[in-house]
Amino acid sequence: MNFSEVFKQSNQLCKVSPDGKYLATCVQYRLVVRDMSTLQILQLYTCLDQISHMDWSSDSLFILCAMYKRGLVQVWSLEQPDWHCKIDEGSIGLLSSRWSPDGRHILNTTEFHLRITVWSLCTKAVSYIKYPKACQKGIDFSRDGCYMALAERRDCKDYVSVFVCDDWHLLRHFETETQDLGGLEWSPNGCVLAVWDSCLEYKVLLYSLDGRLLSTYSAYEWSLGVKTVTWSPSSQFLAIGSYDEKVRVLNHITWKKITQFEHPATINNTKAVVYKEVERRPAVGADDLSLHNITIGTTLFNTQSKYEICPPPVQIPVVKPDPDRANPKIGVSTLAFSSDSRYLATKNDNMASVVWVWDMQNMSLEAVLEQCSAVRCFQWDPRRPRLALCTGNSKLYLWSPAGCVSVEVPTEGGFQVQSLNWHCSGDSLILLVSKYHLLGTKCVQKHYFKTL
Amino acid sequence: MGEWWTTVPIGTSMGNYEASRISHATMSPSRQNNYVSMYSLPLSKSSYSVISAFCTEDNISPCISYINQELDSLGLSSICIEASSPGGAGLSAVPALNAMYELLQIHRRNMCTLEELEKEQLKKTSSLEHMQMNNSRLKDQLELSIREKSGLHETERQLQLKIKTLQSCLKTEKDEVQKLQNIIASRASQYSHDAKRKEREASKLKERLSQLLVDRKDKKLAIDVLNCLGRSDGRRSHWKTAKATASHEGEMYKSLLSDYEASQRSLMLENAELKKVLQQMKKEMIHILSPRQSSSRRATADDTQEQVDSDGEEKAGDSSRETLDQSCEHAREQLTNSIRQQWRKLRNHMEKLDSQASQVQNQLESNKEVIPRETHDEEMERMRHEVQQCKEFIHTQQQLLQQQLNTSFDDETAALLNDCYTLEEKERLKEEWRLFEEQKRNFERERKNFTEAAIRLGREKKAFQEDRATWLKNQFLNMTPFTDRRRCSSSDGHSALSIRSEPEMRISSTNTQPAKSSTYATFSTPKPTQSATVPSTTELYRTLRLIPDSSSSRHSNRGFWQESSTTEDGDARFKSKSRVRCGDLSIFSLGEDENSLT
Repeated sequence: MNFSEVFKQSNQLCKVSPDGKYLATCVQYRLVVRDMSTLQILQLYTCLDQISHMDWSSDSLFILCAMYKRGLVQVWSLEQPDWHCKIDEGSIGLLSSRWSPDGRHILNTTEFHLRITVWSLCTKAVSYIKYPKACQKGIDFSRDGCYMALAERRDCKDYVSVFVCDDWHLLRHFETETQDLGGLEWSPNGCVLAVWDSCLEYKVLLYSLDGRLLSTYSAYEWSLGVKTVTWSPSSQFLAIGSYDEKVRVLNHITWKKITQFEHPATINNTKAVVYKEVERRPAVGADDLSLHNITIGTTLFNTQSKYEICPPPVQIPVVKPDPDRANPKIGVSTLAFSSDSRYLATKNDNMASVVWVWDMQNMSLEAVLEQCSAVRCFQWDPRRPRLALCTGNSKLYLWSPAGCVSVEVPTEGGFQVQSLNWHCSGDSLILLVSKYHLLGTKCVQKHYFKTL
Repeated sequence: MGEWWTTVPIGTSMGNYEASRISHATMSPSRQNNYVSMYSLPLSKSSYSVISAFCTEDNISPCISYINQELDSLGLSSICIEASSPGGAGLSAVPALNAMYELLQIHRRNMCTLEELEKEQLKKTSSLEHMQMNNSRLKDQLELSIREKSGLHETERQLQLKIKTLQSCLKTEKDEVQKLQNIIASRASQYSHDAKRKEREASKLKERLSQLLVDRKDKKLAIDVLNCLGRSDGRRSHWKTAKATASHEGEMYKSLLSDYEASQRSLMLENAELKKVLQQMKKEMIHILSPRQSSSRRATADDTQEQVDSDGEEKAGDSSRETLDQSCEHAREQLTNSIRQQWRKLRNHMEKLDSQASQVQNQLESNKEVIPRETHDEEMERMRHEVQQCKEFIHTQQQLLQQQLNTSFDDETAALLNDCYTLEEKERLKEEWRLFEEQKRNFERERKNFTEAAIRLGREKKAFQEDRATWLKNQFLNMTPFTDRRRCSSSDGHSALSIRSEPEMRISSTNTQPAKSSTYATFSTPKPTQSATVPSTTELYRTLRLIPDSSSSRHSNRGFWQESSTTEDGDARFKSKSRVRCGDLSIFSLGEDENSLT
């Protein structure tokens, strides 16, 4: 595993282009584009203010930089460095900005969710979509970029509008049977739209592309409901994580529950492998405490860690949430399917240091990774069934069906890995360390597995 | 009471004693002195208290009559004490003694009964005590249980009270829940109402805001692009028309349709797979069921009926198979029905088999009973013995293992191990020995062959030598035009020489031969024989006509040369020279021979 040098970034803005060739990072009001293979700077753009959001267009030709405070969006072209485009939302303010799937339109959500402004870079035309709903995930483009589903709120009722992204033609507009729509997501094949209610009610609705209600699913009533919903890449499963610390998996034919994955505090499952991270502080000798060693760096203070396999039953540390506070830290909030839909990784919020990996073929628990500290972020390799996770320390953790490793990130000054991002080839990882620094990790799978 | 009983007999006995003493005194007047001396004091006393005494000298006869009366009253009427002499002081001894004896018997009996009675009384008193104790205990128990009962009553009452309170609590709780639910519902409705109101307000505000923004003609709202971009797909944008919407609809339905088609295809595949499985199952069921029916067809009419049924089903199955591809409702029903029937039959069959198996087992068990007891016992005994042996064996093994574990390498185990090793070694050695023996045998055989061959060779050599000697002789005779006499003498000398040199040759041959393989030996043997059979003619021809000599002849030449070299004879040297010359000549005649020579 090779590590690149550390690059500066701000606001955790660091993204690889969709084609995987370029790496864009924002440093204050500057946008730096590097070549992914050499990490040499290709372009440098200067924006009008500190960049608060940055995104690549789908064809990797343009980069959008949004400055929410100023209500400004600037677009840069990689091919023509002197081409520029500036969109000013004016006094109405800007809340979020995103590309349309064709990379020629920009959708700006104004403050108070007053409207969504669609700017065309082809015709300079502007169009508005009124009544967008402020919710967890109110807008979603289908995977093929043909359709956009948008949650709307009119007359205290939820609606979903389906637009054709090609010319922003309103294809369907229908009312949903929700009290307070929480979010919507297209299935990867773009034919089914999953709509779920806010956490006050457990309700998941499945709509066909033409607005027909296919099915309704509700596991229980009264207590807090859906926390997150994720489709498997094969569109075969719909996984629903909820406040009752369970994941329910629906099938794509009858839309009934196939199975439910529970997250018990004591793991008695003998088939699952429980990896427990064990930290070991290196023994500090008297001569190690010399000034030289301390000045050299933090290796002295770094703890080494390794995984141990625990035989069941295993007790998992559970944090009891405060019942008086809103949005209690309980329930399954993060779900991620591996690229081959074979595995599902979940995280239960009141067991923040544990990641659960489920086998979707046997519908059983495959592995449990118990970390020493709370898991910040985990992501699947886009090519292989390999899970990378970080816990806000100087280590990177990788899981694959073959085993589990923790890798010390060689940084000076003890940077902590805050978040990570796989490159689309699955060969390298972008680690966002500490606050203002970025580290590109190159890890070749062969190398990795050799060391395993 | 006891006391009273006991005192009375003593008194009577005293009375008796007194009477007997008196009678004694009166009976043996001769010993009266002694008696008096012995009982001087009481007698004197009695004499002093004459009035109080029962019998005195004066009242003997009334005493006697009184005693008789008393005896009568006691039922001893047969005995009657009589005075020895009427009016005399003496008593007739026999009746008096009899009376006394009777009285003593009575007294003893009375004493015995008294003792018994005392014992009984003791027993009775102890049992009485026991009874009393028991009684008191039972009374205590009764009291206790009564107390317990009252306690239980109390607790029951309390519990009932508790239940009542709890029930009331429950009721209140239920009421509370109901109330709370109502409150929640009302609050929820209120909340939703308020939320709606707020939302309406917010939307109104938003509306107003956007209106204001539009009215103000916000100058800042703008896009500034250097030059417009082309569409990513390269097409030009087109107007929104009805046609466009229709095409969008079409696209949508197309994609939906394709999705449905894909899902239908996958479902069909799955369905086909399942159908295949079902068919196979059915086939196998039929296969399983049919032999049984055919075998037992003749057995019962019922089975034949079944057979007919199954035939019908098979037909139905076939028809269903035919119509399976059409996958119509009817066919499916038929298929499932037939499968169901088959399954039922299979189940019945299995049940029957089960019962049969149990029957067979029973039969077997009964058969076992038929086996003679003795053999069974014998077998059992033998097995037990075996088991015992095995157990012992295991035990010793365990012990040994334990020993080995405990003392990693004490002498005993070492010896044992050694034993093991030696045993193994022995086995191995035996095996090797066997191999070795075999090899030895082989060698022996070969050696025999060799010796035979050597002997044969020696014999042949000898013959050959002889032949050569004769040949040489001839040669010599032919070549030298001397007289026969001289030739003879020289030939004799030569022959002597040849004979003398022969052992050397043999030695050399025997020296070289063991190194060679037997095959070579067998191969090489014919040459000398050939040369031995026709030595004279070939040599003759060779020398006379200068024919290129064969390897065999050369061999013989060489042998000759060697021989000649060993002998320091001038003639022989000359001869060899001539031989060489002959070789030269032969070279001239045929070049190839030179190669072979050199």
